[in-house]
Amino acid sequence: MSLLELRELNKHFGGLHVTNAVNLTLEPGEIHCLIGPNGAGKSTLFRLILGEHHPGSGEILFAGENITALKSFARIHRGLSVKFQVPGVFKGLSVRQNLEIALQSRHRGAELESEIDRLLTFLGLESEQKQTAGNLSHGQKQWLEIGMAISLKPRLLLLDEPTAGMSPEETHMTGEMVQRLNADGMTVLAIEHDMAFVRQVAQRVTVLHLGQVFAQGSIQEIVADERVAAIYLGQAHA
Amino acid sequence: MTGFLSLLRRLEGPQTVGRGRGFWGLFAVVLAVALAYPLFSDGYTVGNTVYFFVWVFIALSLCVIWGYGGSLSFGQTAFFGIAGYGYGVLTLNFGSAYGFTLVALVLAVGIAALFAVLLGYFMFFGRIAGVFLGIVTLAVTLMLERFMAQTAGPEWHIGSARLNGFNGMSAMPPLTIPWPGESIVLFADVGLYYFVLGLLVFVYLALRILMNSSFGNVIVAIRENPERAEMLGYDIRKYQLITFVIGAALAGVSGVLYTAWGQYITPSSMGMTAAALPLIWVAVGGRSDLTSTVVGTLVVLAAFQALTIYGSQYALVFMGVLLVLTVLIAPNGLVLGFMNWLGRLAARFTQRAG
Ligand SMILES: Nc1ncnc2c1ncn2[C@@H]1O[C@H](COP(=O)(O)OP(=O)(O)O)[C@@H](O)[C@H]1O
Ligand SMILES: [Mg+2]
Repeated sequence: MSLLELRELNKHFGGLHVTNAVNLTLEPGEIHCLIGPNGAGKSTLFRLILGEHHPGSGEILFAGENITALKSFARIHRGLSVKFQVPGVFKGLSVRQNLEIALQSRHRGAELESEIDRLLTFLGLESEQKQTAGNLSHGQKQWLEIGMAISLKPRLLLLDEPTAGMSPEETHMTGEMVQRLNADGMTVLAIEHDMAFVRQVAQRVTVLHLGQVFAQGSIQEIVADERVAAIYLGQAHA
Repeated sequence: MTGFLSLLRRLEGPQTVGRGRGFWGLFAVVLAVALAYPLFSDGYTVGNTVYFFVWVFIALSLCVIWGYGGSLSFGQTAFFGIAGYGYGVLTLNFGSAYGFTLVALVLAVGIAALFAVLLGYFMFFGRIAGVFLGIVTLAVTLMLERFMAQTAGPEWHIGSARLNGFNGMSAMPPLTIPWPGESIVLFADVGLYYFVLGLLVFVYLALRILMNSSFGNVIVAIRENPERAEMLGYDIRKYQLITFVIGAALAGVSGVLYTAWGQYITPSSMGMTAAALPLIWVAVGGRSDLTSTVVGTLVVLAAFQALTIYGSQYALVFMGVLLVLTVLIAPNGLVLGFMNWLGRLAARFTQRAG
């Protein structure tokens, strides 16, 4: 059974057809990248999957269950988790407390503390743990929010532009993080502009254009596709 | 037992200022002074001091809802009034024997909380947030004031309790503790002082534990970023509703204590001025931390009282000026602002010495 299945999803914002009859299937265990020009509707698709927006028509199936009508928090309980495009960390709280809030529903007491330590090490944020999250660099905020997202041990991790604002080294480290998570069995759907990251991690790639699935395939197939180059790869990332 | 100990550990945490021997030592000293104070004063002055303490609960209610939860409620006085009138109606009908006033205290606070459940459900599950929450809560308290103000006629009564319109309800019995032999009547002097002080210490410590618990974590998470909190799997509307109800109950405690203290309550306790004052106290004193709210509210109230001697209109103007200055200079409130200033001063001093 596929882990996530989007069937004929449609979403309008006023006259704007932002999600246009989108069909997308994710197999358990894959790293899938979603690419496409700005405004293609990628983030909106995430918000539909998460229940922040509701589709005008179409269905969302998660592990075989129709979750189209579920509230966001209930979808999270089913095994979805997200890092938003604009880092959504709790700015006024310490890094450690951010992770505590994410982890506290699964662990308590001494176990909670050691889980926080483990996660801090995984993210490379040990020395920042007492810092106020709002004071972190953009890249560190991204990592912190990834840490919060994976605290929930999700079956499907949604990452919206996880490497935005990162140096090439940091981007590579993020790629390795994602691969380690994937090796532990986490399915990942990542929106990403950085083709180096996509090359590093993607097992399959979907191109979204004007709200529609424009192309799909392996990274080699996508890079070789001249139509994709025309709308996207050529222009922004020559 | 271990459960109790882990509760005690929650007295300290990232959500509350003050930890370690130094803080709790100071806490013990302040408490000892507060306990000894009536011995060095007269009943009338002590009664006035209780009046200050009474208001701290409604200030704490704003601290919880606004400071920790991030939702600005303009309507805490609605719960204050409901509980105050509730206490009046209950005790005027059923008297004060067999400790009923204490039952009435709990019931009246319960009624205010129940009202908050209804109002809060409508607001939070209807996704009313931000400035609209302030508008709705303000509208509710002003509506209640209007309503109570027109209940002057004899047809407005609940049992034997006349509502009395703008003149207010009066002559309800003070809080009375049943005691073998003779009941202890807590008139507005030493007896009520110890009762309210005890309640205040209990509520303060209980709130510290609550705010440093995983529940408190979620509350501040919602303040910081509700979307992120929901995407960690928390049903934020439920948490907001519970916080709102806790806040309403705290405001209700103030309402009951106020009514029992003066043995009267009027509709103006839910009016515009009454609604604005607690907001000013916590904005000026500090709302983002329980200790700051308690200390700040008492300081501001004492200053206000001192100024009223020169005329209450000047006192109100002064409050307004103080509010504007606080917002500009120390947006976290005077208490935290003052502590930060001390900290900076100390840092500079040690730098120079070192
Ligand atoms: N809440 C909204 N209301 C109206 N229009 C929106 C909203 N969110 C996104 N849009 C519009 O939908 C289109 C797709 O946006 P988005 O999904 O954020 O694109 P992407 O993430 O691919 O860059 C854009 O034209 C954007 O302006
Ligand atoms: Mg986007």
